[in-house]
Amino acid sequence: MNGVKDQSTSIKIVRYAITILACLVVLLPLMVVLFGAFKTNKELLTTNPLSLPSSFGFLDNFKKAWTQGNMARGFINTFIVVGISIMATVLTGTMTAYILDRFKFKGRKTVKFLFLLASLIPSITMQMSVFQIIVGLGIYNTRLSVILLFAGTDIISIYIFLQFLEGISYSLDEAAIVDGASFAQIFFKIIFPLLQPAIITVVIIKGVGFYNDFYTPFLYMKSKSLQVVSTALFAFKGPYGTQWEVICAGVIITMIPTLIIFLALQDQIYSGLTQGSVKG
Amino acid sequence: MIKHREKKEKSPLRQMEMERRITICAFLAIPLILLMIFTYIPMLKMVQYSTWRWDGFRDPKFIGIDNYKKLLSDPRYFTAFKTSGYYFVGSIAQIAVALYFAVIFSYKMRAKNFFKGVLFFPSLLNGVAIGFVFLYLFKGDGSLNALLIALGIPQEKLPLWLGNPKLVNWSLTFSSVWRYMGNNMIMFVGAIESIPGELFEASDIDGASKWQQFKHIIMPNIRTIISLNMILAVKGAISVYEAPLIITGGIGGSMTFVLQTLNTAFTDKKIGLASAMGVVLLLIVLLITVIQKRFIEGKEE
Repeated sequence: MNGVKDQSTSIKIVRYAITILACLVVLLPLMVVLFGAFKTNKELLTTNPLSLPSSFGFLDNFKKAWTQGNMARGFINTFIVVGISIMATVLTGTMTAYILDRFKFKGRKTVKFLFLLASLIPSITMQMSVFQIIVGLGIYNTRLSVILLFAGTDIISIYIFLQFLEGISYSLDEAAIVDGASFAQIFFKIIFPLLQPAIITVVIIKGVGFYNDFYTPFLYMKSKSLQVVSTALFAFKGPYGTQWEVICAGVIITMIPTLIIFLALQDQIYSGLTQGSVKG
Repeated sequence: MIKHREKKEKSPLRQMEMERRITICAFLAIPLILLMIFTYIPMLKMVQYSTWRWDGFRDPKFIGIDNYKKLLSDPRYFTAFKTSGYYFVGSIAQIAVALYFAVIFSYKMRAKNFFKGVLFFPSLLNGVAIGFVFLYLFKGDGSLNALLIALGIPQEKLPLWLGNPKLVNWSLTFSSVWRYMGNNMIMFVGAIESIPGELFEASDIDGASKWQQFKHIIMPNIRTIISLNMILAVKGAISVYEAPLIITGGIGGSMTFVLQTLNTAFTDKKIGLASAMGVVLLLIVLLITVIQKRFIEGKEE
């Protein structure tokens, strides 16, 4: 009966085989795009898409995608929009969580409920009226439109901050009050720095989401000069329709920052997603 | 809080109460204003617009519930919901696959982190990039057909993955499962990891098989998160728009209700009708949420 814990070798082999197969299903579509990005136009049209490029040193497609495809500008705009939006959403999220955790007041439950209800509504279906508001505010076709749409907080970020706040002892607040500190000082000098691990989690989750968001910039930042990475890549669809090697290079360029973030922050990403899902 | 009350002089308690109120208002002002401007006001406006005939520019005309009548009487609008069925079936398969990998990753395994990372990675990728990856995979002279030919399938038998109306939604659903499976998997991995290790150790001593452990330890402990994922799958399936928008543009039978709503609003400029569609979708989603609450709370009792 000692064979139960250590499962038989054949079961293990099947398990590895299925896992490797699944990894191939994930990687194959990406590998062929990577191969395509290094092929010349003629090579792409004449060789099998599964074949390796004749040289991984051929970088013309990347240059073309980067300059003609407006990706350089796309990265600058993404950097500005995502950077400012992340700072804003971290501030709105931590401030809301701080108030909800440290203060008892009338309407506290209502505030929480409003954020919860908002998370249940698919915002994509309300874009016709959001559009009118953006136009009404005079910020259509500006970076500010997308920044403001991203700047608010949401219930998942609030939950992540709340969970962390529960672990920060109230005696710290009390000691500061005795020393004559105001609530704003307590928040900015004590609570905010202590929230750092939770802030990193929210920055990663939100940052990846903002970087990948396509429809918001597509709808509200129409000018070519305002294109972000997603919309610049989407614009490849028309002019490069027959130049798949350039599209492939653009796709790879888009994925590089994601790969770097993933490799560097794998564990934080996993734990962030798990935390976000527990209460959600 | 009580001690320092004596320290300050002029009615410190009242002063502190004032500061407390000011802090609450000041800190919540911006988050709540953003929430109102970009969620609740648009929601109310959408209901209002749904009673108008309006192109977004000229003066609107109040037409009561005509937009809703039009929606309900024209089957064209609701057939787009059928497409969601494919994505729903896909999500169920996705949850099953995610659960399988989450469970085997709870066992000892070589290169586990590498495998886990590979399977999870697509869920971090940009949707537009994924759209192109699958266009490149599915096109006539694309990699999938090249692979099938290499496996010995004759060229004339290869289907049009995106051009055949019977197949296009399965192809798009596959891209969606490919993209999001890892996300479910990581949530399940997290849930399994939070099960106390002693439970597994004790059952190992008792000689329980892996299947028994799955059935009696893992399943009961992650049932809530599985049902949550199921509900999210329903919501996700009726809210699909990105994959068809980027890959097919919604043509050839791949139109979804949300994409149709967006096209009605921004291509056809029928803001009133699009708003009515938005309201219908909103009601459906809220209904699902109510069922979800009942369902999950019922399970936990």
